[in-house]
Amino acid sequence: MKFAIVTFPGSNSDYDAYQAVVEQLGEQAVYVWHKDHDLQGADVVILPGGFSYGDYLRAGAIARFSPIMQEVATHAARGAPVVGFCNGFQIACEAGLLPGALLRNDSLKFVSENVRLRVENANTRFTSEYESGQLITLPIAHGDGRFTADEDTLDRLEGNGQVVFRYVPGAGDADRWWSPNGSARAIAGIINEAGNVLAMMPHPERAVDQLVSSGDGLPLFHSILARVAA
Amino acid sequence: MTRYSVSVHITPRRGVLDPQGQAVGGALRTLGFAGVRDVHVGRYVIVEADADSEQAARDDVSRMCERLLANPVIEDFEIATVSAK
Repeated sequence: MKFAIVTFPGSNSDYDAYQAVVEQLGEQAVYVWHKDHDLQGADVVILPGGFSYGDYLRAGAIARFSPIMQEVATHAARGAPVVGFCNGFQIACEAGLLPGALLRNDSLKFVSENVRLRVENANTRFTSEYESGQLITLPIAHGDGRFTADEDTLDRLEGNGQVVFRYVPGAGDADRWWSPNGSARAIAGIINEAGNVLAMMPHPERAVDQLVSSGDGLPLFHSILARVAA
Repeated sequence: MTRYSVSVHITPRRGVLDPQGQAVGGALRTLGFAGVRDVHVGRYVIVEADADSEQAARDDVSRMCERLLANPVIEDFEIATVSAK
């Protein structure tokens, strides 16, 4: 299986994504420059974390107009998988691949820490190797992570099972809504209605090796491998 | 074609939490401006562009706001001034 990792000026998590795919998953990955027009036949597109275009105007707002995003939109429109982490979530929302928007954290502070998440929907092609309700730990590192959408959109996301990851305060208190950034309904990651575009603020690609982190991000990559290859 | 200068205010949509505005409001009250009730911090963009008429320049910038300068999910925009250069 081949992953295309889109590199924008200011991407900084593209190498983490590459390592996760190549070293941990043992699959093929290629970097695709934002000015390219070719995804090189990749099965899966990763929109990596970082600060594309210096977050000018709004996080992700300029990246969405990069030439390669036309190809990404076409890839997504034919039902092929696209996954975004952190800045990739912001870009996916700005590009209209996902509903909502990511705003400045309610604390106004950049947050860089490990957070607890609950897997709300394990019945997606990106999360099948988790259990629904499973609590996992992943790192976050963002200043603009406050997921925002109107109430109708939030209700629709909930009703359709499109809320895939939610922040939780801790293992013993997992039912209380809490988030490190003020996200609506503590939403950390969502999937589109068609089920082929998932994006999240936390960084699973930085949590694929017990040596440096929780390893809780690895099942996401294994899920992609298992379901997309099938 | 005439060159126009079009200025536009982009502000957080009412009802969307604006922590930056709240923080500034809190600072203003701390300074003694007790009457401050609400502050909204946004962007002020000036676009200089060639257009056939004032209305065309205004329409162009509206479309720019809808497509890039503002995010309709979270922001409102209002064209403040249009003037020939």
